[in-house]
Amino acid sequence: MSNRYVFFYASAMVIIVALVLSGAATLLRPLQERNMRIEKMQNILSAINIIADRAEAEEVFDRYITSSIIVDHQGREIEGDAFEVDLRDEIRKDVADRQLPLFIAEVNGETFYIVPLRGGGLWGPIWGYLGLESDLATIAGANFDHASETPGLGAEIADQSFEAQFRGKRIFDDDTNFRPVRVVKGTAPPDDLHAVDGISGGTITSNGVTNMLREGLQPYTSYFEKIRTS
Amino acid sequence: MSEDSTQPKETLFSVKNRKLLTNPLGPENPINVQVLGICSVLAITVQLQTSLVMAISVVAVMGFANVIISLLRKGIPPRIRIIVQLTVIASLVILVDQLLKAFVYDISRQLSVFVGLIITNCIIMGRLEAFALHNKPWPSFLDGIGNAAGYGWVLLAVGFFRELFGSGTLMGYQAIPGFMYDIGYENNGFMILPPMALITVGIIIWVQRYKDRRLIDIS
Repeated sequence: MSNRYVFFYASAMVIIVALVLSGAATLLRPLQERNMRIEKMQNILSAINIIADRAEAEEVFDRYITSSIIVDHQGREIEGDAFEVDLRDEIRKDVADRQLPLFIAEVNGETFYIVPLRGGGLWGPIWGYLGLESDLATIAGANFDHASETPGLGAEIADQSFEAQFRGKRIFDDDTNFRPVRVVKGTAPPDDLHAVDGISGGTITSNGVTNMLREGLQPYTSYFEKIRTS
Repeated sequence: MSEDSTQPKETLFSVKNRKLLTNPLGPENPINVQVLGICSVLAITVQLQTSLVMAISVVAVMGFANVIISLLRKGIPPRIRIIVQLTVIASLVILVDQLLKAFVYDISRQLSVFVGLIITNCIIMGRLEAFALHNKPWPSFLDGIGNAAGYGWVLLAVGFFRELFGSGTLMGYQAIPGFMYDIGYENNGFMILPPMALITVGIIIWVQRYKDRRLIDIS
């Protein structure tokens, strides 16, 4: 078979494959995006310890999440749809230009605030949602996930037993100074309200969570201050 | 080429064709006998449900890939045949992945990277190279389905034991009755870890060779 035939064959194959795959991707995109929206809603809800299954997630989300706002690092509200803010873009920006989404939930008369977070683990990005009680200091719940941390080690941050440790911890000390929760190597002292147990064999991912909490929550402090004093 | 056009026309399910379907389930099983495709067996058999979806995905990819390559077999330039095979497999896998993401999102998240790794599953390319390139579409289809099913049943068997003993459930439903836990039964956490999948596969191979002495290599 001549070279010309081989070239022709390869080119034709690539074009056909490209057409088929891009056609399929375009057709299925709306369904996939809806799935991702629902997953995001489930994650936001689970940060305040509400477990919703896929079928009812949208309804439950609308019932509990009363409003969502975007603030900037000086605590001013800015225009926009908080749900659509992509943290992937935001964490690359300078703090002063960042849009900081905040979800506000009302559950049985109590107000909760949910902060989305994003940072880096060992192999790839990690992200999560931190639910705060109405005092804006006590953690109601946390939800973490990751792209490609090591199963059994770093990937344990997405495990409920790790997430449950955050409940009741505080991100401000008694004098309202910002003091985020750290993931410490080994066992955290039981009376320390600003530390949780690290994951053995997952130190870099654990440190990633610590950094994510510190850097992700810091820009919100002026807004929290504003609400607390008002 | 093993094709022979002088033979009388074969029926769709002749003895020879049936063998294509059934041999890979037993004496020519891709996992137990050829020991191919082990990595995905270790990775995704913690639960029966993921095993099932993976098995169905591989059946779909392998059936279609074998038919497509078989239809193209006379036009494929031999020099780039591996590239053509890879392109066909990769496209089918991307399609499967997209469909899973659209219709069974939770399962697609659990299978995560392993759907993509179907591409590297040596069973598929092995069958394309060894069979589909030299045979007509229908036998190729049977061969693909047969080998994928041979892979699939081992996957399901491993998934069954790992989920039952590791989590006490099957397909997510509680299978070990509650009173067993009351009298001191505990789930075996070790079953959830990959090494137990290897041991389970090992036991399956052992049982199979015990029953079928022809498989024991006495060289």
